[in-house]
Amino acid sequence: MDENTIICRCSDVTLKEVRELIREGYVTFDEIKRITRIGMGPCQGKTCGQLVMREIANATGQNIKDVKFQTNRPPVVGVKLGLIAEEGRR
Amino acid sequence: MKQAELLIIGGGPAGLCAAISAASSGASVLVAERNKNLGGQLVKQTHMFFGSEKQYASTRGIDITGILLHELNKYKENVEIMTDTTIVGMFEDGVVTALHKEDNYFKIKPNAVVVATGAFEKALAFPNNDLPGIYGAGAVQTLMNVYGVKPGNKVLMVGAGNIGLIVSYQLMQAGVQVVAILDAAPKIGGYLVHASKIRRMGVPILTSHTVKKAIGKEFLEKAIVCQVDDKFNQVEGTEMEFDVDVMCISVGLTPLNELLSMRGCQMKYVPQLSGMVPLRNDNYETSIENVFAAGDTTGVEEASAAMVEGYLAGLCAAAKIGHMTDDFEERKNDYVKQLESLRSGPVGKHILSGIEQIVIKGEQYV
Repeated sequence: MDENTIICRCSDVTLKEVRELIREGYVTFDEIKRITRIGMGPCQGKTCGQLVMREIANATGQNIKDVKFQTNRPPVVGVKLGLIAEEGRR
Repeated sequence: MKQAELLIIGGGPAGLCAAISAASSGASVLVAERNKNLGGQLVKQTHMFFGSEKQYASTRGIDITGILLHELNKYKENVEIMTDTTIVGMFEDGVVTALHKEDNYFKIKPNAVVVATGAFEKALAFPNNDLPGIYGAGAVQTLMNVYGVKPGNKVLMVGAGNIGLIVSYQLMQAGVQVVAILDAAPKIGGYLVHASKIRRMGVPILTSHTVKKAIGKEFLEKAIVCQVDDKFNQVEGTEMEFDVDVMCISVGLTPLNELLSMRGCQMKYVPQLSGMVPLRNDNYETSIENVFAAGDTTGVEEASAAMVEGYLAGLCAAAKIGHMTDDFEERKNDYVKQLESLRSGPVGKHILSGIEQIVIKGEQYV
């Protein structure tokens, strides 16, 4: 497959970048996320998550069942900081 | 902080049924729905449902929302509905945060929660998959059936599951040409009755085929497809070219589980249920007390199963927080039987082998 395939639509991360990182030894979703911002865009990993996990599984010989996804944290969509501050003062 | 007895997250088929069941048991219910309209994916389902009468077989999906809302309206003194409201966080102390439109952020403290957030479409990786004209099947259905917009003129459908087959048929009904349907699997995943109807209209269904690449400058102009072997590797020299301006990706859904996962529910990746799902007991309560889940978020199935799971989870959640009805056992058994009958076919067997892996028996979660 042409490695310029987009894996992460939010941050324009390509399959090539993901495969290179895996080759360099970054074999967890969290590590790849910290380097590329994959999973940190508006979709929060809902589009790219399984694609990246499958790449990790294939490269490391794991079953995709055993590949760990990122930790989900609030908020699931963008919330303005001002609104959070306002609610905090209430 | 907003108080609520039972918060139901998601106003699709599972969430609405959970609301009906809980409100009819006497619980006061708050339904939070991210979209402007209730009904979830039912709003775009112009086709008639299968199943039995109890799950509104022979009724069009779009009409089922109205039936459910009419039913819910009978208990309106117990029900509050907030649309345009996204639940953005669930925390260890039971507090839930919500965002209404983009300008009202607030906390909710419910006694129990039913998470019915549904599922998300899977993506497919191939070169130029970001060209305009390449859509998810859900988006094509929304454009056509909700907004009345034709997505294009010539479509390649990728995926021969029920969604791929039904959306292909609906495209043809709208006067759009479907040039072919592909599926990487060696067999058609959807019901044969749908597949036969489409084949009779002259559309080839190519199994063991996948997209090799999309071609186009400003938008999709061509799709190159090829065969795959039994390990899903592309086979060189089998390429075919289709002139299309739309590619519709329908390669399945995966449970939308981020709220359950951030709340700390024990999760497990179960291929038969299409992704990460929460462990749960027979009452659809997760490993976190008073956090229930129902519908596609507990495993991708059809809307008919999501509705029955919703009724069951709503009934059990209400009972758990002090609204046990006299006919609780009778109703529960009825829902369990309906689910058994929905899962009696070959697809159901597959689903059940997934469910076996997530149901926790024993006292600790009951």
